[in-house]
Amino acid sequence: MQMNRRQFFKVCASSMATSSIAMLGLAPATAFADVRQYKLLRATETRNTCPYCSVGCGLLMYSLGDGALNAKARIFHIEGDPDHPVSRGSLCPKGSGLVDFIHSPNRLTQPQYRAAGSDAWQTISWEDAFKRIARLMKADRDANLVTTNAEGVTVNRWVSTGFLAASASSNESGILTQKVTRSLGMLAVDAQARVCHAPTVSALAASFGRGGMTNSWVDIKNADVILVMGGNAAEAHPVGFKWAMQARHERNAKLVVIDPRLNRTAAVADLYAPIRTGSDIVFLGGVINWLIANDKIHWDYVRAYTNASAIVGAQYRFDEGLFAGYNPQTRKYDRAAWQYQREEGGMMATDPSLQNPRCVWQLLKTHYARYTPECVEELCGTPKAAFLQVCALLGSTAQPDRVATVLYALGWTQHTTGVQIIRTMAMIQLLLGNIGMAGGGVNALRGHSNIQGLSDLGLLSTSLPGYMTLPTEKDVDLNTWLHNNTPAALQSGQMNYWQNTPKFFVSLMKWFWGDAARADNEWGYQWLPKWDKSYDVLQSVELMRSGAMNGYICQGFNPLAAFPDKTRTSEALARLKYLVVIDPLATETSTFWQNHGEHNDVKPADIQTEVFRLPSTCFAEEDGAIVNSARWLQWHWKGADAPGEARSDQEIMAGLFLTLRELYRQEGGKLPEPLLNLAWPYANPENPTSAELAQEMNGKALADVPDPANAGQFLAHKGEQLPGFAALQADGSTSSACWIFAGSWTQAGNQMARRDNTDSGCGNTPGWAWAWPANRRILYNRASADPQGKPWDMHRALIHWNGEKWVGADVPDYKIDAAPSARMGPFIMNAEGVGRLYAVDKLVDGPFPEHYEPMESPLPNNPLHPAVSHSPTVRLFAGDKARLGTAEHFPYVGTTYRLTEHFLFWTKNSRLNAIAQPEQFVEIGESLAHEKGIAQGDMVKVSSQRGFIRAKAVVTKRISALQVGGRTLHQIGIPLHWGFEGQTQPGFLTNTLPPAVGDSNTFTPEYKSFLVNVEKA
Amino acid sequence: MALQSLDIRRRSASPTPAPLVRENVTEVAKLIDVASCTGCKACQVACSEWNDLRAEVGHNVGVYDNPADLSAQAWTVIRFNETTENGKLEWLIRKDGCMHCADPGCLKACPSPGAIIQYSNGIVDFQEENCIGCGYCIAGCPFNVPRLNPVDSKAYKCTLCSDRVAVGQEPACAKTCPTGAIHFGSKDEMRDLAAKRVAGLKQRGYANAGLYDPQGVGGTHVMYVLHHADQPRLYSNLPHEPQISPVVALWKGLLKPLSTVGIAAAGLFGFFHYITVGPNRAEEHEEADE
Repeated sequence: MQMNRRQFFKVCASSMATSSIAMLGLAPATAFADVRQYKLLRATETRNTCPYCSVGCGLLMYSLGDGALNAKARIFHIEGDPDHPVSRGSLCPKGSGLVDFIHSPNRLTQPQYRAAGSDAWQTISWEDAFKRIARLMKADRDANLVTTNAEGVTVNRWVSTGFLAASASSNESGILTQKVTRSLGMLAVDAQARVCHAPTVSALAASFGRGGMTNSWVDIKNADVILVMGGNAAEAHPVGFKWAMQARHERNAKLVVIDPRLNRTAAVADLYAPIRTGSDIVFLGGVINWLIANDKIHWDYVRAYTNASAIVGAQYRFDEGLFAGYNPQTRKYDRAAWQYQREEGGMMATDPSLQNPRCVWQLLKTHYARYTPECVEELCGTPKAAFLQVCALLGSTAQPDRVATVLYALGWTQHTTGVQIIRTMAMIQLLLGNIGMAGGGVNALRGHSNIQGLSDLGLLSTSLPGYMTLPTEKDVDLNTWLHNNTPAALQSGQMNYWQNTPKFFVSLMKWFWGDAARADNEWGYQWLPKWDKSYDVLQSVELMRSGAMNGYICQGFNPLAAFPDKTRTSEALARLKYLVVIDPLATETSTFWQNHGEHNDVKPADIQTEVFRLPSTCFAEEDGAIVNSARWLQWHWKGADAPGEARSDQEIMAGLFLTLRELYRQEGGKLPEPLLNLAWPYANPENPTSAELAQEMNGKALADVPDPANAGQFLAHKGEQLPGFAALQADGSTSSACWIFAGSWTQAGNQMARRDNTDSGCGNTPGWAWAWPANRRILYNRASADPQGKPWDMHRALIHWNGEKWVGADVPDYKIDAAPSARMGPFIMNAEGVGRLYAVDKLVDGPFPEHYEPMESPLPNNPLHPAVSHSPTVRLFAGDKARLGTAEHFPYVGTTYRLTEHFLFWTKNSRLNAIAQPEQFVEIGESLAHEKGIAQGDMVKVSSQRGFIRAKAVVTKRISALQVGGRTLHQIGIPLHWGFEGQTQPGFLTNTLPPAVGDSNTFTPEYKSFLVNVEKA
Repeated sequence: MALQSLDIRRRSASPTPAPLVRENVTEVAKLIDVASCTGCKACQVACSEWNDLRAEVGHNVGVYDNPADLSAQAWTVIRFNETTENGKLEWLIRKDGCMHCADPGCLKACPSPGAIIQYSNGIVDFQEENCIGCGYCIAGCPFNVPRLNPVDSKAYKCTLCSDRVAVGQEPACAKTCPTGAIHFGSKDEMRDLAAKRVAGLKQRGYANAGLYDPQGVGGTHVMYVLHHADQPRLYSNLPHEPQISPVVALWKGLLKPLSTVGIAAAGLFGFFHYITVGPNRAEEHEEADE
């Protein structure tokens, strides 16, 4: 290349200029930029179900490694499963933070032991733990098992050791726990349902025949009016609440919230009305009165599908707060006084004209005439105008083509009148014709991810699987029990499904004791414990306090935090000989003996309880099924191993049982037969698999089961899985651990693992997982059609009669070939065949709900009947009366609740959730705060007769002062998530404040309405 | 999978135009329907989970807001405000975070080449390895969003989950939102959805409901549906008509390139004059000799 000097200088100059400009940051440099590398590309994806609430959201868990044998899986990310019909990819703040729960520094990794009086843990081996615990259990059982009662009746009960079952554990763990505890004769067996939704089961079963949420999560989208009361769905069930928002966006549904606080649900509501906690029956009774007075009744539905026309016996009356049959000495009713008038043949008498003054309709009208809008305003503090707006919205759904749904939770259950509050709503929905309808129902939003399952499996003091009742000591033999538990139809032509009780029961006994359960030993009936009273959680604590209970085993349950009146619980635990805590996390119960300053002010040296702490797996580390609130049994898969030496609940139960059984084998002892004969057919006896246990719950044929409808055909051959509960037999030829789960694992395989999310209509997805009973998604769906079999509303058609059988979007909750002309009622579990406006004798505290004041009330008396202010049948132990306070010293009403960022006492162990809501607080209305000189963020002390907590003050406009009984009433909101263990700032156990009083029917404690004082700390 | 340089629209401190050949890139947007938000904070948690961020466990300061503010470890926070409008108590809850402006003040203010990128799909992303920690982006942001991390002295903010969007997924917050308050899609479709939500709100009596897509910053790729679009300040001080600060706009928009070129030109002129023009006279003679 030729270049003269001038050209050379020009080139040099221009390149220098370019590089100089580049140096000054004006370069057209390579414009590289990178997004962060996508981190999931080849990670292993495992499907699971969220372990927190009962919405049952689908999870995708991502773990390190592609599944190679040499790669150790570790879950590093969890997000929602977009295929899941309910969650559609969403997770709430709790589910979104699950990865920090799995890897919480508070996970337990080794069995530990705390000696009596010690202030420290020591590590022990699993073998030592099992040996020592089994030794303690055997000593207590041999010393205290009661074989016969005073009358000489065989009772075989062991009530000096109690067991709390884990409601986030799988069905498979639950059923094994049922097997082990009952074979030992235990009665003080309870699950979280006792402190949450037990009243739901009582109330809904008494009304409709089954205790479950009537509809499903997705179905909420079909509603025109959504009432959220006694719950806070957006807060506690955020992803289920998605479908309420869907109804608003897609069909302009109206969302109504009634709550003491303008809460997160109310933040997006069309109508919010405040209410005094504990006055719900006044409000709902007022709605009944308004509906009747304004003729907003779905008459065709009420006449055909309810017991409005039934005539009540002459003894029934209601007078000055008491129903007929009350005995003030025992504080119990004789419920014979509430029976229907019977015709010949035992059928109930009816008056289809509804004119008979003794018919249910007329009694109902009279009973609620007292609940006027003025009475509602006076007792609830709800402005009359707002109350009337709510009535009008609900009343608008009395027509066949408009439907209201109600979403509730513990704001209704945790009262001394919890069951009856829910009953009132059930009655309203019957009057409006909203039960069995798509977009309708009374929807109990269950708390724990598998508390529905544990309720189904009967892990409650007086229950057996499938909502059968454990024998009482009055059921002296099998025949007596069968007689008392197999109802006769009350109207002709009814399905009366409980007539099959003997089939369910004998199949259950065959599961318990296998070949040892024979016709000649009443199928092992006498090996079941017989109860004299409920050994629920309040009763158990009472027994501990009196020294009558020596051992307590807490599997995934934190009673020190969860039971009311923490001081009372703490003193009770300190009187135990031994306490066993099985949990993935370090709970306050397991360290109740440690001093944590004013948060847990105890002296370890004074506490002589031996404590064992056994580490268990969590959801991500095991296979199995859990049941969501809508009764879906959803199978989930293990994504990684548990940390350290943690074992599954199944393996732990098996270890405890086998160690105990070996002791009885070698040494003998009291009543060894039920243990030694217990069927234990598992391939690895020390670790029964979830698949084995799930198949046992479904049930199998022990012999060929002939088909009664087709001679020569069989419903199932020997050894086969049963196709459904219709194949169960009472002759010992079938075995099933939980009859309502029959159909969940058939010869066709695991139905709970199905993942077809095709919408069959109205948002039903029958190919996704499996729902009890018989894969029905909307309970009582026969009532979605008129008596002739035509849907009330074609846009909400669930099933219809096609001339031969019932068909449609859902599995008919009905006899599939029963023609409309047969007049079979839609409530097939009820002996009447119809829904109960009048509960007859199903509940202990009255056939109609009546308002009673909370045990701690701000009012001097109940204006409706001053002589009977409180529930006359309330659960209150004599010693606890003194622990109740008065409005004179505690002038404000306290109510406890959950926040959306946390799940009970678990998520405080998850860093992500601790960040989102780090420190204990209480909510105080602006006017009270002003009166007390409390500023936002101040530390305050909230006290009740039972103790105090200190917390930050959130001063808010959202809790307004109410006018109740002619005076100004302030309510204090007390969230419950903090404690002295975890990643959050340390705090007090909120349940220091509420009283240990319980609902009359279910003994569920009162957490929602009690008296407190508040002052600047 | 990295985005290629061709998918970049703008780059901080780099006045040369980015390659613009690909035209069919979908412009994305996140729509936050404040009227459907219950403040559950699922978005907050999902954001931190996906992005592997963990803020300090703080304290309650008398409100529900936690963390109380954005930080390098908290790229989105929920802000709560109680107000009475038309005689009705309202709890207004807003998810706060980067708005991904079409005309990003942060990018304009940033002096470090390639520290702030705007992709063709509208996402504004920080490239922390190029960040010099000067904090100009914070001054430049009309929404007060970026935060300096005291540990590494680099600025951080929401990426609109550019790593997820790059492989065809929605951002973590949008996916997880239980109530459907957060949606993600093309900007056009998000505008359409917003129009529906606004119409619904008007039907429910919110006469001033509207979309917040402020044109002062060229529109945003995170938009809000507000019940009271006439009063954005009600939502924990959402700016009414956000603008890039005039100082930044003037300095970075007009003056900076001019003055940079001016300074450079002055300096270089002298130098080049010396080596080119300076000796020129003497060399004329030599040239003539050729």
